[in-house]
Amino acid sequence: MPKLQVALYWASSCGGCEIATLAIGDKILQLAEAADIVFWPVAIDAKYADVENMADKSIDACLFNGAIRNSENEHMAKLLRRKSRLLIAYGSCAYEGCIPGLANFFTAKSILENTYIDAASNDNASKVIPRTLVTVPEGELEIPEFYDTVKTLAQTVEVDYFVPGCPPEESTTWLALEALLSGNLPPKGTVISPPGTAVCNDCPRIKHEKKVKAFHRPYEIIPEPDKCLLEQGLLCCGMATRGGCGAPCPQANMPCTGCYGPVEGVRDQGSHFLTALASIIDSNDPDEIKKILDGIVDPAGYAYRYSLPDSMLRRARVSP
Amino acid sequence: MTDFEPKIVAFLCNWCSYRGADLAGTSRIKCAANVRAIRVMCSGRVEPAFVLRAFELGADGVLVLGCHPGDCHYAEGNYKALRRMELLKRTLGQLGVGQDRFRLDWVSASEGDHFSHIVNEMTEKVRALGPFKSKEESKVA
Ligand code: SF4
Ligand code: SF4
Ligand code: FES
Repeated sequence: MPKLQVALYWASSCGGCEIATLAIGDKILQLAEAADIVFWPVAIDAKYADVENMADKSIDACLFNGAIRNSENEHMAKLLRRKSRLLIAYGSCAYEGCIPGLANFFTAKSILENTYIDAASNDNASKVIPRTLVTVPEGELEIPEFYDTVKTLAQTVEVDYFVPGCPPEESTTWLALEALLSGNLPPKGTVISPPGTAVCNDCPRIKHEKKVKAFHRPYEIIPEPDKCLLEQGLLCCGMATRGGCGAPCPQANMPCTGCYGPVEGVRDQGSHFLTALASIIDSNDPDEIKKILDGIVDPAGYAYRYSLPDSMLRRARVSP
Repeated sequence: MTDFEPKIVAFLCNWCSYRGADLAGTSRIKCAANVRAIRVMCSGRVEPAFVLRAFELGADGVLVLGCHPGDCHYAEGNYKALRRMELLKRTLGQLGVGQDRFRLDWVSASEGDHFSHIVNEMTEKVRALGPFKSKEESKVA
């Protein structure tokens, strides 16, 4: 059997997904045995031009991590889509927009001005801001265009599979690779993840009826070791998050922040979480309810930490 | 934009607010015709996702109306709505959807005039704000 031709790419991401790919450990040898890696900027020296010169659909599968934040990301998404039989949105950024997607609370203009002019540590008296095109004595220089709105991979090109996680757990990554190597592929559009309804289902903490009088941030309290964190007032997204990760965060005393995305059948993870959260507030008094909610300092940022671009509203309506 | 007619989606609870709207109609109270009513059994049935979905599909404003506190036919449903919609309102604020586009209020079966007052007030506020989405983005008629 000819070896599989595999490509890996990073668009707007932190690099964690690259490390997550390597976290499969020894199994990387099984991958190397069954597949040729034809393009992987972090590990092998192939250039964009090499990809352009490949025949269309000559790559069997491309694991694409990172969101679409600028014109270079978009160009590579379209190029790799054309060259690949299967395109897999690997990790939360490609799947739902993730942390880079929080930029959708702002505009390109406000981000650039803040970063290059207003930030206290800047020394930029002439107020220089990166521009897509600039003419210098040596000629014209071009850098990728920085977009207003961060998009997911599937909002940019057709995607065959999704792999959740920020970054995906080792077992999740291997599940996807195993499916590719064996040719035993799930239906198109599947979110490839170990079976599991919600993170709460995999979480060993003891659950009671939830009634909360105050919310806390993790640094404010030392949680009891065995009791559900949400019952202790910590904002745990376990009930609104796809299971399959094995619930490592609540087992390490940290609330789940929701990186595996919405549970099956739900489109908007943030509002699903807010619905559950509001339901456990133990008060019927409007003023007390408001006071309890004051304990949630950044509800939109918290609920949509990983999924703002993929949410129903996709971005905040703000003036430039 | 002079020809802009706001589209307002109103989730009305079956036992009070829907009847209040009905009463406004049968009493021939003048009321802006901008509301698309969606009857739900209780305001406690309205998930924040319903509100977002309405905006996603092209609503310019969303109303959630239920029985007055203490009067919900399922005892606690409107208190649930109160908690959820207060949290949603804060979240929408961060997403640039101001308070004038989203409102939770109480209308009993006998308050046809109150219903029309809320609808008229909201319609004018949203009219002043303009469309929520551009024409190209919007999908509902
Ligand atoms: S809310 Fe968090 S701590 Fe509680 S059961 Fe679910 S995952 Fe575990
Ligand atoms: S517990 Fe939550 S935040 Fe932690 S890995 Fe699982 S889904 Fe991600
Ligand atoms: S039945 Fe009207 S609010 Fe519950």
